[in-house]
Amino acid sequence: MAQSEQEILEGLAEIVNEETGLDTASVEMDKSFTEDLDIDSLSMMTIVVNAEEKFGVRIPDSEVKNLKTVRDAVTFIAGAQS
Amino acid sequence: MTSNRDRRVVVTGLGATTPLGGTATETWEALLAGRSGARPMEFDWVAKYELPVTFAATIHTPPGDVLTKVETRRLDPSSQYALIAAREAWADAGKPEVDPERLGAAIGSGIGGVWTLLDQWDNLREKGPRRVYPLAVPMLMPNGPAAAVSLDLGARAGAHTTVSACASGAESMGYAIDMIRTGRADVVVAGGTEAAVHPLPIAGFAAMQALSTRNDEPEKASRPYDTGRDGFVLGEGAAVIVLESEEHARARGARIYAELASVGMSADAHHITAPEPNGSGASRAMLYAVERADLSPTDIIHINAHATSTPVGDVAEYNAIKRAFGDHTDDLTVTATKSMTGHLLGAAGALEAVITIQSIYNRLVPATINLDDQDPEIHLNVVTGEHQKLPDGDIAALNNSFGFGGHNVALAVRSI
Repeated sequence: MAQSEQEILEGLAEIVNEETGLDTASVEMDKSFTEDLDIDSLSMMTIVVNAEEKFGVRIPDSEVKNLKTVRDAVTFIAGAQS
Repeated sequence: MTSNRDRRVVVTGLGATTPLGGTATETWEALLAGRSGARPMEFDWVAKYELPVTFAATIHTPPGDVLTKVETRRLDPSSQYALIAAREAWADAGKPEVDPERLGAAIGSGIGGVWTLLDQWDNLREKGPRRVYPLAVPMLMPNGPAAAVSLDLGARAGAHTTVSACASGAESMGYAIDMIRTGRADVVVAGGTEAAVHPLPIAGFAAMQALSTRNDEPEKASRPYDTGRDGFVLGEGAAVIVLESEEHARARGARIYAELASVGMSADAHHITAPEPNGSGASRAMLYAVERADLSPTDIIHINAHATSTPVGDVAEYNAIKRAFGDHTDDLTVTATKSMTGHLLGAAGALEAVITIQSIYNRLVPATINLDDQDPEIHLNVVTGEHQKLPDGDIAALNNSFGFGGHNVALAVRSI
């Protein structure tokens, strides 16, 4: 069951908030996980695993380094769901 | 043996989160009121695992009430408790201005992150390796609490963890004294923490018959020195103090609670869990502490005893006190605050050091509760009923802590 990009963004923002305490509103499409949101690699792995569970997709470890922005993650998840 | 008290170490801040209160002051007030922190454990795992002990001295103020959601998520409960107590102690000390490279942290723990270790083991078995939390290792490591405190306060002189079972918290304070005396730091945040109210340690302690099974009367279960004592009551929490060189504290006009004058340490090398029956190892620790504090045994007027409420341990400690103090034993005002707090394992020595410091500062010794019928083998003047006043003038006290493995630690506290 594919979700809209907006739904994925909202779900991802909740995961980021839970792990880092960042306000969900700050998780915007063009934000970089490392540079704008200050998310370290350990937190990123947690976010990835929680996203896999929440969205019912598999995000290979080799793919994680390509997920530089929130949009990269949303696009990958949307693609994996379809 | 030289005392090296030319660089005196003083206490300027106190912090604690315990079964009796969310702060050191709340805990102290509950002790003076004679309250017990033991209560039934309301966790589904108590019935699930058919634990033979159904109560514990659980934390009074849940860390989630104090810390942020992210802090509780990313720190094991043992680190959470330590952080809460350290922040309180730091604020109580007036947040001293100190060069970060002259500020240290020493936080002991008996067991470390047992909740994280076993939760993540469950995750691995039930969901696979990808579901193991990436912070699992830093959360479960026993130096996690010291690291969390060091990170939070920016302490760069060193972050240390002493591990000596139920003497860990006291040993960390001894380590901190040495850091200041040897010139490695001017200020050290020191204490102990434990978060082991978990089915595995409970089952383990119960299997060795160490825990009281007075399930119908939790608040009466911890009864040091009483003929009806049948084991200790597991507790949890943390206690932390701010130690400074006297010079540093005076220069900034800090309030000084007391001098943490010395630590005496020894090992029994007798048995992995049983104390040496004649108390020679523990008495050596007490006498080392007295000597290094530039005191004579007769200068000690009060002992906050280790006294866990086990049939064997309480007698062994009495024998050690008698061996160290001889006839002066009759003049000692003794209390066993585990009767109220339960046994906080790696935090116990730190908590009892805080209580001893409060006793010297306020010149009041909290009474031991549940002592209805004193063991005829134990000839100590134990405070019961009402708390007892200590005299004016220069006074000194000891705090004893002993741990599985034969670790003996005595801290000497002198009035300022």
